[in-house]
Amino acid sequence: MSPRREQGLVRPYVVTNGRSEPSRNTFDLVTLVSGVPDRPLQGLTPEQRRLVALVSRGSLSLAEVAAHLRLPVSVTKVLLGDLVDSGHVLTRAAIPRAQLPASQLLQEVLDGLRARL
Amino acid sequence: MGSVPGSEIGGLETAGVSYLGDGVRTAVKLLVTGHFAVGKTTFVGTLSEIEPLRTEEPMTEASVLVDDLTGVPGKQTTTVAMDFGRLTLSRSLVLYLFGAPGQQRFTPLWRDMALGALGALVLADTRRLEHSFPVMDLLEEHGLPYAVAVNRFDGAPEFAEEELREALDLLPSTPLVSCDARDPASATRALISLVEYLIGTEARLEHV
Repeated sequence: MSPRREQGLVRPYVVTNGRSEPSRNTFDLVTLVSGVPDRPLQGLTPEQRRLVALVSRGSLSLAEVAAHLRLPVSVTKVLLGDLVDSGHVLTRAAIPRAQLPASQLLQEVLDGLRARL
Repeated sequence: MGSVPGSEIGGLETAGVSYLGDGVRTAVKLLVTGHFAVGKTTFVGTLSEIEPLRTEEPMTEASVLVDDLTGVPGKQTTTVAMDFGRLTLSRSLVLYLFGAPGQQRFTPLWRDMALGALGALVLADTRRLEHSFPVMDLLEEHGLPYAVAVNRFDGAPEFAEEELREALDLLPSTPLVSCDARDPASATRALISLVEYLIGTEARLEHV
């Protein structure tokens, strides 16, 4: 992306084919990631295969994917962008921001917390 | 999901991974922030239903402010880390708590944590109240609403609420509570104070 932003990063990782920014910029730390069953794995890099294997068993947030793969969030975003493009994983925006009923969502958070007491 | 035995695929062990429930559709995040050693990791660990996870982001030194945790002289790169945990709040809703180090304001990781967060809980220590100022400044710069929770440390001095408010230079509307980051009920009540405040803030914003 912009040169200014790239100055702040270490050299791009080999695993991302030299890119330090994902192919799209819509991933949040709590974007939910799940695998698409029965997609052929040919042509995927070892890191992409690890990501696909991880979310083939259930859904996780992007942050959890990064932590389990022991990869930086920035690198995980790049891997994820490619795997969404290739149809291997699905992502669900954490909150559909345009139609966010913030007060209702906050009330649900509050109810859930109170129920834990 | 859970019934499938874990397997080693490309060096990844999936046996210990705790997946989200099938019904989860919405994920929200709150930041748990504060200065070094104020109890962020403890707080997140107390409430998280999973073993807290950590991600690390390599940074050039130029992008990291002076930080007694990560400053390594003579190294070209250093690492910023974030700990986080998860609470499933209902069949469809999950809350992530990110333990956000306050020192690294210009890092992409901070941007990632702050973007889309509902708000933040600032943990404070009565022995080092002034160390909370940069964290609160940072949240205000990001426009993130926050509540302050004084984490009770054994042997730390206790102050009246008004004294604390004055020392922390809090707005009258900013919630100030006391909590024990090691106690699940106490930590939960601190988050409840924050969310109640956020609901009030949101109600005001919706009428602008």
